Amino acid sequence: WVSNVCVTLTAVPRNYDPALHPFEVPREYTRALNATKLERVFAKPFLSSLDGHRDGVNCMAKHPKSLSTVLSGACDGEVKIWNLTKRQCIHTIQAHEGFVRGMCARFCGTSFFTVGDDKTVKQWKMESPEYGEEEEPIHTILGKTVYTGIDHHWKEAVFATCGHQVDIWDEQRTSPMCSLTWGFDSISSVKFNPIETYLLGSCASDRNIVLYDMRKSTPLKKVILNMRTNTLCWNPMEAFIFTAANEDYNLYTFDMRFLESPVTVHMDHVSAVLDVDYSPTGKEFVSASFDKSVRIFPVDKGHSREVYHTKRMQHVITVKWTSDSKYILCGSDEMNIRLWKANASEKLGVLAPREKAAMNYNQKLKEKFQYHPQIRRIAQHRHLPKSIFCQIKEQRIMREARRRKELNRRKHSKPGSMPFVSERKKHIVAVVK
Amino acid sequence: GEKLVLSELLRPIRPKSTLSSVKKELTRVKQKKAVELPLSKEEAKRVVREAAYVRTSKDVGKWQQVVLQNRRAEQLVFPLKQEIATVVPLEQVASAWKARTPLEQEIFGLLHKTQQPITDPLLTPEETASLQAMSLEEARQRRAELQKARVVQSYYEAKARREKKIKSKKYHRVLKKSKRRKALKEFELLHKSDPEAALARLEELEQLRMQERMSLKHQNKGKWARSRAIMAKYDLEARKAMQEQLAKNKELMQKVRVELPEEEPGDVPEEDLTSVTVPTIPAGASGANPWMLGKPSGPAEEPEVQEGLGDVAVPGAAESKEEMEEEEEEVSEEEALLQDFAQKRHARQQRAGGPEGQGEELAAPGGADEMEAVSELRGDSPIHAVCAEEPASLGTEQPPQAQEEILLSEQLGRARTMEDGEALASEERVEEQEKPAAARAEERVRQQEEGRAGDRRAKKPPAKKKIISLQAVLAGKCQEVQCPSLPVVVEEEEGGVDQRGVITEAFAGDDVVADFRREKRKAEQAGKPQPVNLVLPGWGEWGGTGLKPSAKKIKRFLLKPPPAPPRKDQHLPHVIVSEQRNIHAAAHQVSELPFPFERHQQFEQSIRTPVGPTWNTQRAFQKLTAPRVVTRA
Repeated sequence: WVSNVCVTLTAVPRNYDPALHPFEVPREYTRALNATKLERVFAKPFLSSLDGHRDGVNCMAKHPKSLSTVLSGACDGEVKIWNLTKRQCIHTIQAHEGFVRGMCARFCGTSFFTVGDDKTVKQWKMESPEYGEEEEPIHTILGKTVYTGIDHHWKEAVFATCGHQVDIWDEQRTSPMCSLTWGFDSISSVKFNPIETYLLGSCASDRNIVLYDMRKSTPLKKVILNMRTNTLCWNPMEAFIFTAANEDYNLYTFDMRFLESPVTVHMDHVSAVLDVDYSPTGKEFVSASFDKSVRIFPVDKGHSREVYHTKRMQHVITVKWTSDSKYILCGSDEMNIRLWKANASEKLGVLAPREKAAMNYNQKLKEKFQYHPQIRRIAQHRHLPKSIFCQIKEQRIMREARRRKELNRRKHSKPGSMPFVSERKKHIVAVVK
Repeated sequence: GEKLVLSELLRPIRPKSTLSSVKKELTRVKQKKAVELPLSKEEAKRVVREAAYVRTSKDVGKWQQVVLQNRRAEQLVFPLKQEIATVVPLEQVASAWKARTPLEQEIFGLLHKTQQPITDPLLTPEETASLQAMSLEEARQRRAELQKARVVQSYYEAKARREKKIKSKKYHRVLKKSKRRKALKEFELLHKSDPEAALARLEELEQLRMQERMSLKHQNKGKWARSRAIMAKYDLEARKAMQEQLAKNKELMQKVRVELPEEEPGDVPEEDLTSVTVPTIPAGASGANPWMLGKPSGPAEEPEVQEGLGDVAVPGAAESKEEMEEEEEEVSEEEALLQDFAQKRHARQQRAGGPEGQGEELAAPGGADEMEAVSELRGDSPIHAVCAEEPASLGTEQPPQAQEEILLSEQLGRARTMEDGEALASEERVEEQEKPAAARAEERVRQQEEGRAGDRRAKKPPAKKKIISLQAVLAGKCQEVQCPSLPVVVEEEEGGVDQRGVITEAFAGDDVVADFRREKRKAEQAGKPQPVNLVLPGWGEWGGTGLKPSAKKIKRFLLKPPPAPPRKDQHLPHVIVSEQRNIHAAAHQVSELPFPFERHQQFEQSIRTPVGPTWNTQRAFQKLTAPRVVTRA
């Protein structure tokens, strides 16, 4: 190694003979321990809060082209466009009367759509109007029923709304291209698949998740769960995987080809999960819950790796993972949008190569020694507010009691009459073709 | 008598066209099946849905491979598709722009008039032409070279023409012979350098020989042969030729490759001829049965034999051979000259081109290296992809929920500083201990359910746990299995002598008790602290081969450790209590095999290999610590 700072230093060849560098495991263990402790010390995920809304933030949308722009809609019908680098609101629109139920940006980033309680779908320009120009939507579509959600196609000038049915609209027309129904209930959210863009997923309040195909304009399949699903989100890297945020405190990751049981059940929340959004890498997702916390789950793990909360954050209604995979935004009941780091202890800003190498090394060490009890204990330690902590405890007791009861039942019944049901299958009521 | 059929009665005496048509209609109606009832609306929709679902899931399933690849990938770099910033040429950008103001128009008018360039390469056509033209010196050199090459070529051509005109058969024969010899020499060389290739070539020749034999060219059936036969009576020459021909035929039969008759040259290219001559007569093949002769006895011998034959066949060829050799040398000289020219020119170009040419030359090996590296990478990556068995479950197979633990330990207190972290480490966690206990209970219950023999099993001590200790890992060897089950001498209260007798009979061969005693003694010995030998020969006295340090010195420097505390099993003759487990160390050690690992050796191996730059080269360190996911904004 030659110092790139001082030219006079010459390369000193290093002897890598293992006999000369003994105790590699204890030394690395110590380093891993220190790295873990430092990670916890530097874990300060909260960056800032964007305040300005005068009612609870009900929905958010990412700008598809600009990392620093984010849109939010509040319960009083106000839409704000934020600049994340300045942490300022750059534009405010009074979009609807009543709630802004859903919003989405067009794939090109020039305009965005909102739906509200006033039964309208409105398309707005992303730029603020010129001086003297009046703030007006580009298009307004007046519907017959309330729309509860909206999502835009990832490539074409097509968007989908949901309410009493799923409507697919051409941007140029004022009546839907097609309406998809299956049963009669209000549909709370609809999402386009980012990879196979003709696919749609929706969740209705009669506890089911329905998949649609836009090409055939037909529903495909329906899964009925134990409780209502609030939102779902498709994995941006894996075309057939989606995750559903459920009222029963859990999230379910499904493979759309095998809907009989979810691939993974993610459980850690202690209240209804209200929103979920995938990281653009497709390896993790973030969920917002009614229990006033935000959790980050690895896709293939059943438990969260991180929980974010602050004293003042109330029920988190909406959450987004930014497109550079570095930050998380959550909008909550108490009118604030909060900006978090996706990696709690990550150092922001430009890293020197040596810093980067050290960071990678520390990460690797933590990974290597993650099973050692002391390291695990430190790495897993999280602070929780009392309410959540107690609820977790309570629920653990409840779960234990339920388990014990089942055990006793099994013990006192004819062998084989009480089959074991896996956790994955437990929450699925039926799959309707 | 006969039965009447109604239709016969109906049928009129003379068939009428109208009725028959009605009948036809009737039969047709009868044959037609009733249309099935249409499916109910619900059913129809369901069928459509099912079909669509099958198709869509099949469509989506096409991504399976990609998804698996991404999941297994050693490293994923986002964004996956790097957008290459394209440089738009100035012409395209400027094309939209037009001169509007009068000043601009005037300027552009002037520029156009003088044929000045407007866009990026700011050169007039003349300039570019002059740039493209060569320098004078270079042109001269080039011309000189060309002249020389042309002269050499004309010489060469003239010479070839002259040679071609030579009618002397002898000359041609000698020429051919020399070529043959050359080919032989080449073959020999080839045989030495690359025996396999030589063998292949031999085989080729064999093939050629077979073809020649099939064609039966050298019999006395051809036109020429017959004319010779007629002439043979009168002409000595012709007779000789006949004889030669027959001899050739014989040679052919003897598995000898014979060149084509000289009277019909040009059919086969000369190279072929020369190569044809190369093979192979077994050493004493002259008189033996040609069919019985197998393969050549040894490729090393043949050239000599061949040469010998050749010498015999062509007497007095020595002088002409020399001539030929001279000519050959000349030819080679010319070729060398040409090559020289090429080299010189190349060198000159390099000099003229300066750094660029050299750069090219330098770049070439670099490029090759790169290619190699790339190929290496390509070679590596699939292996990695295959080898890397990820802890994370792949594909549709689902991660075992049961194995999973809670990733976070959530608490009311906040750990803010390093000290807190350390304090955390020393804390005891009760829940964790509770959980496995509960699990064990469940297991026990399941066992009970499974078999009624479960009662006994439940009393059994909990299954042996392999302890993975940091110490063991450090020492580089596996800790031995600590066996909690103790040998118990079986004593039957009621059994009496009979039972005992049976047992003693059964275990007559092995003395279990003595074995156990021995084992215990061994354990005791192993547990005793060893004296530390600090004796250094040669210090304070003479040292060397055959000299031992004095007893006094040994006595002084052999440190006796303090006696170990009494063993716990001191007074228990039937018990060995292992005291190797260090409770204080155990708190830092992994007690259960973590999930993705299947054997404890695997896990120990993973811990033992260091990843730091202290133990690895820079490159290896970078490779080892490469993050799984890299994101670039």
